[in-house]
Amino acid sequence: MAEIALSTAPAHLRHGSNSGQPLTRRDGLLKVTGAARFAADHHPPGLLHAVIAASTIARGRVVSLDLAAAMAHPGVVAVMTPAHKPPLAADPDAKTNPFMFRLDLLQNDRVRYAGQPIAVVIAETLEAATEGAALLAPRYQREPARVGFEDATVFTPPAVGVGSPAEVVVGDVAAELAAARLRIEATYETPAQYHNPIEPHAIVAAWDGEKLSVDTPSQGLAMARARIAGLFGIPAENIEIRSPFLGGGFGCKGMLSGPQVLGIMAARLVGWPVKLVLRREQMFGPVGHRAPSRQTLRLGAEAGGRLRALDHHTLTASSTFDDFFEPASNASHTLYASPALRSAHEAVRLDTGTPLFMRAPGEATGSIALESAIDEMAAACAMDPLAFRLENYAEVEPISGKPFSSKALRECYARGAERFGWTARPLAPGAMRDEAGLLVGWGVGTATFPALMFQGQARAVIRADGTGLIECGAQDMGQGAWTALAQIGADGLGLDLEQVEFRAGSSDLPDAGIAGGSAHTATAGMAIHAAGADAIGRLAALATGDERSALFGAGNAGVIARAGRLYRRDDETRSERYADILARAGLFEIDGRGSGAADPVALARYAMHAHGAVFAEVKIDPEFGQIRVSRLVGAFAAGRLVNPRLVRSQYYGGMIWGVSFALHERAVVDPRSGRVMNANLAEYRVPVNADVPSLEAILVEEEDPHVNALGIKGVGEIAITGSAGAIANAIWHATGRRLRRFPVTLEQVAGVAG
Amino acid sequence: MPQVSLTVNGKRHTVEVETRTLLVELLREKLGLTGTHVGCDTSQCGACVVHVDGTSVKSCTFLAVQADGASVTTIEGLAAADGTLHPMQAAFREHHALQCGFCTPGMVMSAIDLVNSHKERMSEAEIRHGLEGNLCRCTGYHNIVKAVAAAQEVMHGRAQAAE
Repeated sequence: MAEIALSTAPAHLRHGSNSGQPLTRRDGLLKVTGAARFAADHHPPGLLHAVIAASTIARGRVVSLDLAAAMAHPGVVAVMTPAHKPPLAADPDAKTNPFMFRLDLLQNDRVRYAGQPIAVVIAETLEAATEGAALLAPRYQREPARVGFEDATVFTPPAVGVGSPAEVVVGDVAAELAAARLRIEATYETPAQYHNPIEPHAIVAAWDGEKLSVDTPSQGLAMARARIAGLFGIPAENIEIRSPFLGGGFGCKGMLSGPQVLGIMAARLVGWPVKLVLRREQMFGPVGHRAPSRQTLRLGAEAGGRLRALDHHTLTASSTFDDFFEPASNASHTLYASPALRSAHEAVRLDTGTPLFMRAPGEATGSIALESAIDEMAAACAMDPLAFRLENYAEVEPISGKPFSSKALRECYARGAERFGWTARPLAPGAMRDEAGLLVGWGVGTATFPALMFQGQARAVIRADGTGLIECGAQDMGQGAWTALAQIGADGLGLDLEQVEFRAGSSDLPDAGIAGGSAHTATAGMAIHAAGADAIGRLAALATGDERSALFGAGNAGVIARAGRLYRRDDETRSERYADILARAGLFEIDGRGSGAADPVALARYAMHAHGAVFAEVKIDPEFGQIRVSRLVGAFAAGRLVNPRLVRSQYYGGMIWGVSFALHERAVVDPRSGRVMNANLAEYRVPVNADVPSLEAILVEEEDPHVNALGIKGVGEIAITGSAGAIANAIWHATGRRLRRFPVTLEQVAGVAG
Repeated sequence: MPQVSLTVNGKRHTVEVETRTLLVELLREKLGLTGTHVGCDTSQCGACVVHVDGTSVKSCTFLAVQADGASVTTIEGLAAADGTLHPMQAAFREHHALQCGFCTPGMVMSAIDLVNSHKERMSEAEIRHGLEGNLCRCTGYHNIVKAVAAAQEVMHGRAQAAE
């Protein structure tokens, strides 16, 4: 792939080691000058433009398309339909692994959700393709759409999330509830949400015989390549996917989507390179979403606030044709100690696109309900909600009984509470007003997210001139892989960051695992760390085995790699430059390989999670119901932080997603047509600058000797959890009303002053 | 097809366009200036903001023919010929006011127009409201406000550039 010219002049001077330094991002210069090339920015010679025609019904069949009208439009080259498309080697509805989802690739005339692609128009210009798609004027045989929980049969799914059991029980929930002095039961609703990265899915595909070249955003390059190979019946090594920069992902670019494959099919059909970019409204259908939920929590406690039972039931929805069940109840597995604990899930099938992983899938959805219910129980016990959480602090993981590999949550509570000024909080709701007469409320929520790892590989090279190279097919969707992973690579090779070339974002590099599950820095980072150690080990073997080297015979004592030299561990006056070792050996370079994956022994022994505490202040206009989050303080402990500057931005982003979950985002589905009525960024509300409060993210130090050798947990998703619940709880504290249908909107709150 | 003559980043162009061609498509597909992005097609996200005769415009809802005779500046035209960044670009980089970077060009262009039209120092709240037409889904808003607050000092001669 073309070299990515990352900045070699960091905006900050740096001393000491690379990891742990708050470096500005290395791709910053490219991004502020417009030089970072995203998928849709490519324009190979002979490029044609493809535009998807999407279904306006949610269920039924396409009866006719006006192909003649579309083809007659000047500039239109072809219309791809079920009757006119290149053959596929595999059924797009077949599944061979749990990360494979069924795709709509024009395999027949069935419509199974609104927004499903029903044809693709390919033309010389975007304008002609767009007009051609409009001229198709499809006619349908329509069937009634199933859009709400009441429209379909409830069943228990075989698994939720990725292979988790639908129900997990510890202890006797019914008996503990019956014996509890205080009980609450409450039902919370969360809506369907759509990822909406600002970069829509886009692809530029070019075939050269049986070889395929693709520019498209991907959070999982190796999986995407395997999917394409399977669908088109070509070897994976014939396919190169470049994805150096994603304009946001949030999960919807984790698995290759149907529209991306349609771009490849279109290029095959016409024999020219094709660009296909989704329009914003097309992001509300075939590229995944967060499923809606109806969650019922039943809690029982002693009068002193000690929990006896926690029962978390989720009703969620998948599509009619595929399985993804939002594992919301599993949010109750790890946070609060309770002798009886149950998580359970049921589901219906609706005429929607298949829901998928969306930033903190299950964790965010379950957290807002759990944190609200915990708050309700605290109120029932007449206890401060933070004191209640501390009373039920889990010393071992409640669902498994395993000890935590590390858990600095107490410190998070303490640091966050102190910074926020929590001790001044009146216990009773509705007790605070500001100088403008607005109702003021304070709420708290606990944040947690599992410390996951996938599997990844990397290659590290030391070159004749003493500089280094790291190759790792990592994906940067904004979190900062170009910077953080390069920092780990430089440390692994004992070099300064400026001396290490870092290659990422392409499928022809070692598979770095997916950028998801907040696991990418740990997974790819461990692979890079191991590859660096391997390369250094080989270099050391050369030196210590060569009697002309100052390090000869140091084999048992060992060597240390630092600043481009190997030092004898027990006598640092003896050292040698990498370049000199290679030169004497007559080598152009020496390389090492490494892989990263979770340690099965640690997995069996420990529960591994990041934790945090979020404190929110809301201000509510008592007449008009306008709700503003005026302050948000989060304190998070997530193991070792490779780059605190990047981490803080991830926390800010997560906290604002929490604001959005609590107050903004909701897809509104028309019950008659099954269409998303607000499929645009005006009415599907995401936060803007003006919605964002004063934010503070406190980085709580945490050493974790078990999670992996680098001590890294994930930071990308945790801050949504806790934040949304803290805001919901602050609304109650401001108004005295428990509002359980999210997002909380002004019409729910209007007139609270009575 | 109509001809459009316009100056983009100081360079004169005369291009044949369809009457329905949008300015953003002219910039991206005909002139190869792909730093200007399309995010929503309907003027909400602001990823496509450029300056037309010095004023910020959402180029996804601005016809190319409307730019006939105009001077257009895109993100590629901000830095000096020697590569010195515009103070707003430098501030975005310095203050980590970007993550995925897709909204960044539009955010930078909007912020420059905002600062240019406010000679007096803007408060944090004024900056937040001034940029409400630009969406960032990574929600880097906190640092974006910091960057704009710093850049306004440099642009109005009250402080030195970040770097």
